[in-house]
Amino acid sequence: MKAMRVGLGALVSLAAAGVVLAGPKPPGGTISGKVTYEGTPAKMKPIDMSKEPSCAKMYTTPPVAETVVTGPGNSLQDVVVYISAGAPDDAAPATAAVFTQKGCRYIPHVLAFQVNQELKIVNEDQTSHNIHPLPKLNREWNKSQPPGTPAISEKYDKAEFIPVKCNVHPWMHGNFAVMKNRHFAITVDGGSFTLANLPPGKYTVTAWHESYGDQSQEVTISGSETKTVNFTFKAKPY
Amino acid sequence: MRNMLIAKLGLLIALTFILPASTLGQQADQPAAQPAKHMESHIGNLTGDSDAGRLLYFRYCWGCHGPHGDGNGENAPYVTPQPRNFVAATFKCRSTPTGTLPTDEDLYNSLKRGFNFTNMPSWLALTSQERANLVAFIKTFSPRWVTEKPGTPIQIPAEPALTIASIKHGGELFQKLECWKCHGQEGRGDGPSASTLTDSNDQPIRPYNFTSTNRSKCGRTNPELYKIFMTGLDGTPMPSFADVVKPEDAWDLVHYLRTLQYNNPSPELAMWESTAEGKAIVAAKRVAKYTETGSGVKP
Repeated sequence: MKAMRVGLGALVSLAAAGVVLAGPKPPGGTISGKVTYEGTPAKMKPIDMSKEPSCAKMYTTPPVAETVVTGPGNSLQDVVVYISAGAPDDAAPATAAVFTQKGCRYIPHVLAFQVNQELKIVNEDQTSHNIHPLPKLNREWNKSQPPGTPAISEKYDKAEFIPVKCNVHPWMHGNFAVMKNRHFAITVDGGSFTLANLPPGKYTVTAWHESYGDQSQEVTISGSETKTVNFTFKAKPY
Repeated sequence: MRNMLIAKLGLLIALTFILPASTLGQQADQPAAQPAKHMESHIGNLTGDSDAGRLLYFRYCWGCHGPHGDGNGENAPYVTPQPRNFVAATFKCRSTPTGTLPTDEDLYNSLKRGFNFTNMPSWLALTSQERANLVAFIKTFSPRWVTEKPGTPIQIPAEPALTIASIKHGGELFQKLECWKCHGQEGRGDGPSASTLTDSNDQPIRPYNFTSTNRSKCGRTNPELYKIFMTGLDGTPMPSFADVVKPEDAWDLVHYLRTLQYNNPSPELAMWESTAEGKAIVAAKRVAKYTETGSGVKP
């Protein structure tokens, strides 16, 4: 009898989940805020592209490395802010996330997309690149992409932050952020972010930066309110 | 007993509901997959057994590859490139596409061949059965052998007849695909990016020097050469060209690469040297030996 109840309980809870799935989305709350740093960040060095003239000629002044990108008011860019707990996993959207190699750099420097979402990698340069992401949980592959060849289409089936490099051009460095759900944002100029359409609930919001690590905060959303969450990273001078 | 049955039934019913739900992305976190305790390998008529392989592993392999198979054996700090990490299950010499697991036969051949320029010797001294057992045991370190199937080996069409045109076209591809960026214009492993290369463990690694007398890590035959650039050497800077090189072009590139190996006699080298142009190029290389700058630029 007891066993019966266990089976029934599983059924009931599943039915409830089904209702949430099928029902219309409730008007959601929003989490927004700003990511800043304190201290002195390392000075980004200019990139010497002289070994790749086809890229070097695209710049009047050499571009600098992007491992730390700061903005006005101590704001920090390229931080991935996402819901790490509290939200259900989402199915991948039909649109592809696009990662472009242009001027021997990765655009964007940090690309966030969902588990099993199509990732399109494009080479707009006049030189061969090899795309070599270095995952720990997902499969590691390494593909060559000479100029004028079609986009590479890939996907990842596990959530992970993945450094990306091109072995031919050692200064090229980027990141993939493979997300479990659709609630994520990457800070741009000014360090601000917005996570919208959050159903009421208790969430863990995490901010991840490739050089400064990650931080988390708990936030409870009720109704369609907007809550402010700010993150401050300690900058390392090296 | 009856209760057990009912519980099982309840679970079954629950599962039939969970499965459709999971396709909608509502799936809860799965516990991490565990490696299999027992594995078999199949190489031709041979069937390897991991329990028998375990005894061999803890006699011959664990000094470098470590008791947990993660490449952190007692000798590992003194070994470069680092011993293979069987937990990550990323392997260089495969017949399967980049990012996929190798076949049992690929691993077996690696054991048999050993890896040039590394501390991994050839294990020809073991019997075929023992090598098959080791392959089976190596597969008990990573859960990937449970959750994934080995990739489908790439199709290698029959090698076309060797011609001068094929060699020359291969040479054009060597330029177009920018192989020289790492391997150097003359294939000496001294291209402009060569000195910056690192493997996936962030350890320095050198591109293959075609002019050395040694064969490359993954073999010496033409089909093996074909496989190297069409599958990529996973875990190293060498990418896969499968998406950008057509099979017939790939054979032309193989023919050209053979002419770079002027210290290894081959039909390709002989044919190239039978032309006045090829003879002059190879002769000049034999004199030049190494470029002065190491930058791949002719002095």
